[in-house]
Amino acid sequence: MSREDETRPEIAIVASFGVTVAAAAVFAATYALGGQTQILGAALAVGFGGLATGLTVWSRHLVQGGGYVEEHEGFASAASEVDEMTERLTSIAHPHRRGLLGMLVVACASLGAAAVFPIRSLLQPRGDHPERQLSRTVWADRSFRLVDAGNRPVRIADVGSETVLTVFPEGHTDGGDVPAFLVRLDPAKFTAKPPAADIDGVVAYSLLCTHAGCPVSLYEQTSGKMLCPCHQSVFDLLSAGRPVAGPAARALPGLPIAVDPSGFLYSTGDFTGPPGPGYWGRP
Amino acid sequence: MITRRLIGVLDRRLRLAAPVKKALDKVFPDHWSFMLGEIALYSFAVLVLTGVFLALFFDPSASDTTYNGAFTPMNGETTSTAYSSALHLSFDVRAGLLMRQTHHWAALIFVGAIVLHLCRIFFTGAYRRPREINWVIGVTMLMLALLNGFTGYSMPDDQLSGIGLRIIYSAVQSIPVLGGDVAFLIFGGEFPAQQTIPRMFTAHVFIVPAILTALIGAHLVILIRQKHSQFAGRGRTEHNVVGSRLWPAYTVRTIGLFSAVLAVLFAMGGLAQINPVWIYGPFEPSQATIPSQPDWYVAWGEGALRLFPRADIHVFGGLIPSPFFPGVVLGGVAFLALYAWPFLDEWARRDKYDHQILDRPRDHPVRMAVGVGALTFFGLLLLAASDDVVADWMQLPVNSVVWTYRVLVLAVPPMAAVIAFFLSRALRDAQGGFSDLTRANLKTMFRRRRDQTAQESHPGGRIETARRAEDQWGWRYVESFDGQDPYVLASTNSYESERAALSAASLAYPGLPTRGSPSTGTDGEVRRVEHRSTDHRITMAAGLAIVVALAVNAIRRRL
Repeated sequence: MSREDETRPEIAIVASFGVTVAAAAVFAATYALGGQTQILGAALAVGFGGLATGLTVWSRHLVQGGGYVEEHEGFASAASEVDEMTERLTSIAHPHRRGLLGMLVVACASLGAAAVFPIRSLLQPRGDHPERQLSRTVWADRSFRLVDAGNRPVRIADVGSETVLTVFPEGHTDGGDVPAFLVRLDPAKFTAKPPAADIDGVVAYSLLCTHAGCPVSLYEQTSGKMLCPCHQSVFDLLSAGRPVAGPAARALPGLPIAVDPSGFLYSTGDFTGPPGPGYWGRP
Repeated sequence: MITRRLIGVLDRRLRLAAPVKKALDKVFPDHWSFMLGEIALYSFAVLVLTGVFLALFFDPSASDTTYNGAFTPMNGETTSTAYSSALHLSFDVRAGLLMRQTHHWAALIFVGAIVLHLCRIFFTGAYRRPREINWVIGVTMLMLALLNGFTGYSMPDDQLSGIGLRIIYSAVQSIPVLGGDVAFLIFGGEFPAQQTIPRMFTAHVFIVPAILTALIGAHLVILIRQKHSQFAGRGRTEHNVVGSRLWPAYTVRTIGLFSAVLAVLFAMGGLAQINPVWIYGPFEPSQATIPSQPDWYVAWGEGALRLFPRADIHVFGGLIPSPFFPGVVLGGVAFLALYAWPFLDEWARRDKYDHQILDRPRDHPVRMAVGVGALTFFGLLLLAASDDVVADWMQLPVNSVVWTYRVLVLAVPPMAAVIAFFLSRALRDAQGGFSDLTRANLKTMFRRRRDQTAQESHPGGRIETARRAEDQWGWRYVESFDGQDPYVLASTNSYESERAALSAASLAYPGLPTRGSPSTGTDGEVRRVEHRSTDHRITMAAGLAIVVALAVNAIRRRL
């Protein structure tokens, strides 16, 4: 090798590390000037890229890789050593002291068992048994006015046949299990009566898919079907919310509603079944 | 000068010289596939570094707040504190978005590197006795990585992750008898509970990383204790490790790799947008983003949820909802199978030996079939998570896409497994790759033959000892051929006497002649193997040239 060849890797390494220095300066300057994400990222990438390049050239040309061997002593100790170790370790369990050891184990186990109890606090500090909470919603508490996401009361005249209208019990628009939707259907097309009776074709159902709880938000007007965007379950609103395709197995529960003299809608009870995904104790 | 003094100061207090020398002399095998685990380790380092930055600004609270900041479309909107602080972090904290995106990319790469590392360990049989403990630790780390990926992705309380959280909640709730209690125990109440995000935060930044760190420590300590396994090759036996020393060769290389990982992750974090929570909007239980796909490493579960047919089962007066099977059973069975694999393998092959030399994947057709089948199965499930997007692209009804996937998921993995089985049988006798398959190889494909456990390549060299210093001896393994430079491996350790050096050498190369007694017979054999291996490269190059020529010809004829 000529002298030139020998120094070439060194030049490359110095140049790479130089790039890193420049990139570090660019990073600092960009940060000081406002921190534009792309430039910051690119500067760090170039900086670490310089280090990586320099070190790779270093490892390929300036240090010798491979060429070493190390003997392997085997994975297990000699049998005599194992025996000795076992002897030492078990000497504490001399027959005279077995009772002491047994009591020590019992004492530690009791403390361990006692330490399990505070886990109860994680379950929920207050409230009913989980399955009872799952089986009912706020709608059961009393009669609510139906409001939209903006907390505006909904009139029966607001309900169209082209799109569904998402509604909540007044004052509970954040609830996870309460969302319902309203849509106007043609009662003549019903192949099964809606689970909670309709008012001139206006029906109310739980919005939550009975498969995994996603909101079933895609409505197809021509067929009267609701599609869940998560796992593509389809519910037929003309046939009492029955699942007709996809992984959902149960019909959408209906919401019993009524209309007051000034045309506002209100609820008259809880959903006709627990909304959303199934669970062991679901009736 | 300063280094010398510092070493002196430390050594006078800690007596470091001997252990440090031993550490610096540790031998690492030179093979690229040993770097996959390192990529996972370095991604974890990036996750910790960027994660600490994020934790200083993120506020994991579900209570309402008003966002005031640089992202004008959301300015003045009421959102959860978690979402608002994620916006704040992305738009109002300098370098915050870079750190957030780098953190997310690093998580994807972390899981990816773990999976590739696991495949390497699986197909080369590195999990075999005595390395089952490290396999079990590794599988546990994969599980924790999935868990932490999911909690991290759900914490910003955006619309997309909220839907994902709801689906996971439904899966947990579907567990027979205890589902409701377990779901409340984990999430702190009925979805969406106030406590869910703070709990995920504690798990994500403290509990899981602490366990992961401890397990990484154990993984590495066991690795050092057991020493690296290695592929068969010149001078490699079941009783030694051949490669580069930790210092300097390996250190320079691995720090280079660390820098490369950092460079790639920061490039992605700076230049490639990921998880734009400001586009998804804050989570509302009554809304959904369309379409919704999760991060890749949980997508197989999502795909399974989409494909699994409705199958509510009523037993003992209770209900087992259908998400239980794809959402809980599939993952549970997959991880149980992973945990059990080394022991099943040991039992099936009645293998009671310690292994230091790794298998060539093709030498174990059954293992190859199982691995390829499982990877195909989960790969297809992963693709099925985007069935709605596929349906949209191809203008097909979603239902037909679902049915296609159902057929593919059940039919293709067994087919892939069978093909992998026979191809590895055929390749077993071939010296090179697919281009070197002969008709004879293809014939043996259908013939039953016992699995080979990795053959020790019979070392055909000799041992020499040499005095390194006044009271230090070393030894070398030398293979020499006529007219070629000898192949030499130097012992990394030093010994107090020539006797000690020789006994160490005979540990590494049992039954090899020492010093100056060349064994020509085995030399010849080694040379022949060597000759053949160069030959296959030429064959491969020739095969490739022919394929390219044929392809070019075909294209030209078309034109």
